[in-house]
Amino acid sequence: MNFIRKFYYGDIPEDKAGGNIVSSSSKTDWPLWEVFIRSKQGLDHKHAGSLHAADAQMAIENARDVYTRRMEGVSIWVVESKYIHASSPDEAASLYEPANDKVYRHPTFYDLPDEVNHM
Amino acid sequence: MPVQDFEQLFQDKIDNEVKIEPKDWMPEAYRKTNIRQISQHAHSEIVGMLPEGNWISRAPSLKRKAILLAKVQDEAGHGLYLYSAAETLGMSREEMINDLHSGKAKYSSIFNYPTLTWADIGAIGWLVDGAAIMNQVMLTRTSYGPYARAMVRICKEESFHQRQGFEILLVLSRGTAAQKIMCQDAINRWWWPALMMFGPKDSESTNSDQSMKWKIKRKTNDELRQNFVDMIAEQIKTLGMKLPDDQLKWNAERKHYDFGEINWDEFWQVVKGNGPCNKQRLEARRKAWENGEWVREAAAAYAQKRADRQKDKAA
Repeated sequence: MNFIRKFYYGDIPEDKAGGNIVSSSSKTDWPLWEVFIRSKQGLDHKHAGSLHAADAQMAIENARDVYTRRMEGVSIWVVESKYIHASSPDEAASLYEPANDKVYRHPTFYDLPDEVNHM
Repeated sequence: MPVQDFEQLFQDKIDNEVKIEPKDWMPEAYRKTNIRQISQHAHSEIVGMLPEGNWISRAPSLKRKAILLAKVQDEAGHGLYLYSAAETLGMSREEMINDLHSGKAKYSSIFNYPTLTWADIGAIGWLVDGAAIMNQVMLTRTSYGPYARAMVRICKEESFHQRQGFEILLVLSRGTAAQKIMCQDAINRWWWPALMMFGPKDSESTNSDQSMKWKIKRKTNDELRQNFVDMIAEQIKTLGMKLPDDQLKWNAERKHYDFGEINWDEFWQVVKGNGPCNKQRLEARRKAWENGEWVREAAAAYAQKRADRQKDKAA
């Protein structure tokens, strides 16, 4: 197969690159946090992105600097990414299957005469 | 399922404009290309703080200083959005930073040019951020979900960058004779490197166009570059300045501006590390990383101590 050899904007291939200095590895790897922001009172917290921080307090402060520089939020939740459990996309078909054949859960399933309003 | 079926399903999703998300199956080359491209993009934002940071302490007024600080802080934020988008593909932050510091990973070559005068800050905002926006607007529709979302956030913030740059030049262009000369000089020096930001000509690449097929990219280098030239050639009229290209001319037939040949030797020289500031930029990044080591350690130690204290309390 012919893989990506096109040199796009912002995609300079490694073999065209110079340099071979190896930098030292650090011992302190701060954990990853997921950030959720409530943009205004009355709305849900919504996933905004992630960041690294040593602890929860720092994660909130970093989230303020990274995700709310223009008053995008009134409340921040942070949770360490390792505590997020997610459904698997591979099992999506079977996971959502129970809802698949229940069209009667939608209001449009019911045919009503035109003269019935406000329903 | 055999791999071909997975690939076919994947391609069907792309063709139907369904975004790819981190845990979805993807071809290894798609993952790799995205990691390379997103991390290079992140590095560009981070290294991009350096040429502008050079003028924070020398900005001509408190207002300009506050604006420049905010802009540089935005660049840091953009770098962080992008690093976390790249991390969703399975490369750690530390690996990415190590690759930047070792010279293995690239960043946009434009940041290897020096900022000699205050007008350069204007030219960077207008031309360099202007070129970046062309690319980034396209990337808001890229096929990898986290990258596209980061781009939406970034594009919202970028337009302030370009407008403040243009305004700096506008003020200079209406200033004293010396200010006008400074304005023109900055445009002269930044114009060609800004055009190079779009990468080699389309005709230079002989191989298959996988990034387009995967909708990582949606426009070619030449298309983006042409859009940029058309935009700038009009905007510069307001400044009453000239672009340093004798061959720049409206082509009524093509409905685009024609423009002169880019110096590709210079382009590859700078990519390979021989630009005016390559060494300086990488050294600044490495130094910042090394000098920050004690802060990272102290924060980790403090977090540990706080966690221990909480455990004691619970016991």
